[in-house]
Amino acid sequence: MPHSDPCLDIQGLVKDLGPVAALDGKMVRVIDGVHLRAFPGQVTALLGANGAGKTTTLECAQGLTRPNGGSVRLLGKDPFEAGAGLRSRVGVMLQEGGLPQAIRPVPLLRHVAGMYSRPRSVDDLVERLGIHHFSNTPIRRLSGGQKQRVALAAALVGDPEVLFLDEPSAGLDPQSRAVVFDLIQELRAEGLGIILTTHLMDDAQRLADYVFIIDAGKTVAHGTVAELTKATDESAGVERLLTFDARPGLDLAELRALPLEVHEAVPGRYTVTGALAPEHLVRLAQFWAAHGVMPAAIHMAPRSLEDVFLDISGKELR
Amino acid sequence: MNAPAPLLRRVLLQGRYETVAMLRNGEQLLIAVILPLMALVGLSITPLLDEFTDSRIDMAAPGVLALCAVSTGLTGQGIATGFDRRYGVLRFLSTTPLGQSGLILGKVIAVLTVLAIQTVVISTVALLLGWHPAPAGIAPALVQLVLGAGAFTSLGLLIAGTVRPEATLAITNLLWVLLAAAGGILFPIASWPDVYEPAAHLLPSTALGDALRSALMQAEFNLTASIVLLVWTVVASLAAIRWFKWS
Repeated sequence: MPHSDPCLDIQGLVKDLGPVAALDGKMVRVIDGVHLRAFPGQVTALLGANGAGKTTTLECAQGLTRPNGGSVRLLGKDPFEAGAGLRSRVGVMLQEGGLPQAIRPVPLLRHVAGMYSRPRSVDDLVERLGIHHFSNTPIRRLSGGQKQRVALAAALVGDPEVLFLDEPSAGLDPQSRAVVFDLIQELRAEGLGIILTTHLMDDAQRLADYVFIIDAGKTVAHGTVAELTKATDESAGVERLLTFDARPGLDLAELRALPLEVHEAVPGRYTVTGALAPEHLVRLAQFWAAHGVMPAAIHMAPRSLEDVFLDISGKELR
Repeated sequence: MNAPAPLLRRVLLQGRYETVAMLRNGEQLLIAVILPLMALVGLSITPLLDEFTDSRIDMAAPGVLALCAVSTGLTGQGIATGFDRRYGVLRFLSTTPLGQSGLILGKVIAVLTVLAIQTVVISTVALLLGWHPAPAGIAPALVQLVLGAGAFTSLGLLIAGTVRPEATLAITNLLWVLLAAAGGILFPIASWPDVYEPAAHLLPSTALGDALRSALMQAEFNLTASIVLLVWTVVASLAAIRWFKWS
């Protein structure tokens, strides 16, 4: 953890939404115990399945909605009560972009830039994000990736200290994704505190310095990607996942003696997870020899963020 | 550390932005200027108003100005705000230094600017058609027109902030037609059946039409109509504040 003060500090967040007609007009508690801390010069990812409460958490952090409980401090202030002064230091890219449809990108960016006393150069942003290639097209006719780039430019034009990105890679083609990811890393190096939500493991693994896993409205785990994917017990070594393909229906009973989890995940594909050591691999090979099995494929890797996520939430991310 | 642009600059920028957006939109221009102009010319060359007045244009012009307030406040702002809400524009702008209050003030400026343009265009054409407004009634009429625009803009925002944009589009366009035909805007409601007339006096459209006709035809201040308008403005604003959903 760096020594600077957090740019965003959320403790014990509670938020009710509704009333929901299907539940006789009752309110639904969508957030109940989100904790989150983000620091300048870092990318902090909120990772969770759709509906886990990531966007609602961001809305509370941005002052768009008032929490029902807990505390939210954005640059040391309550974002719901703070005024234009705080908003001028924070950039927001919403999930659907939040862009008006009839206008062209550059006039829109100039309009937004006018709201700040010291905006970034619109021309530089337009160049950097490749917006000049489609600057004569109204926003309504842009592709998803093009809209996303305009929305990112609109979030950055105020030269913010804190940047919120809700699902930044949604709808991005591979080229746009590379441009956007490079820019995010550059902004981090400039010292911005970047908070992004994603349901994509790859995004979190590639971009995030620190990850908060949100499930069913709670923070259920947090740490660096390395910390989260490491085994809980240091002495046990790094957790790994080994998969092998062989004929379906092998009797795994004799492998159960090992201190590992062994499953036939789908017929013909077997997974072995745990702190795999060389002697375990010997036992595995002996098992194959005893059953006359030559695996068609063997793969071994450290536990991924996805495995951690599945362990914690028991849910598929996508 | 960045800082916001001054409040006045932010609000004026947003006002200009919304004004340009309204004037550039073909359908908005149709309902804000073209249809009112057609109503003005139509009422001055047909005998529809002959049962109420000796001078068609003197009665038509105040009614068409009242219709302009419905076009811009209810239909124009209703539809624009409804779609901005759908696309998250209201939320995004709320996160910039403009904020929610700046967004509303920008809309007020846009409505007043478009209304001023409409008033100049309609009045010019009406004067060319022989309109003689009562000079003493012009100032009170302008105040009542602004009050009416306030009532209809609040109603437009209330609808835009509570139902889907497609529904807002349908409701505000339908209301425009109904109010123009039978809402006491273009025609005094004196000629309607007895069951309808008392209730119709409570409509904001009747109140605005009557107030402008009293002011610009007889130089009279129509107190009852002004009170009805004021009540509509206050109630609709409070309802919009209470029920408007930003997302």
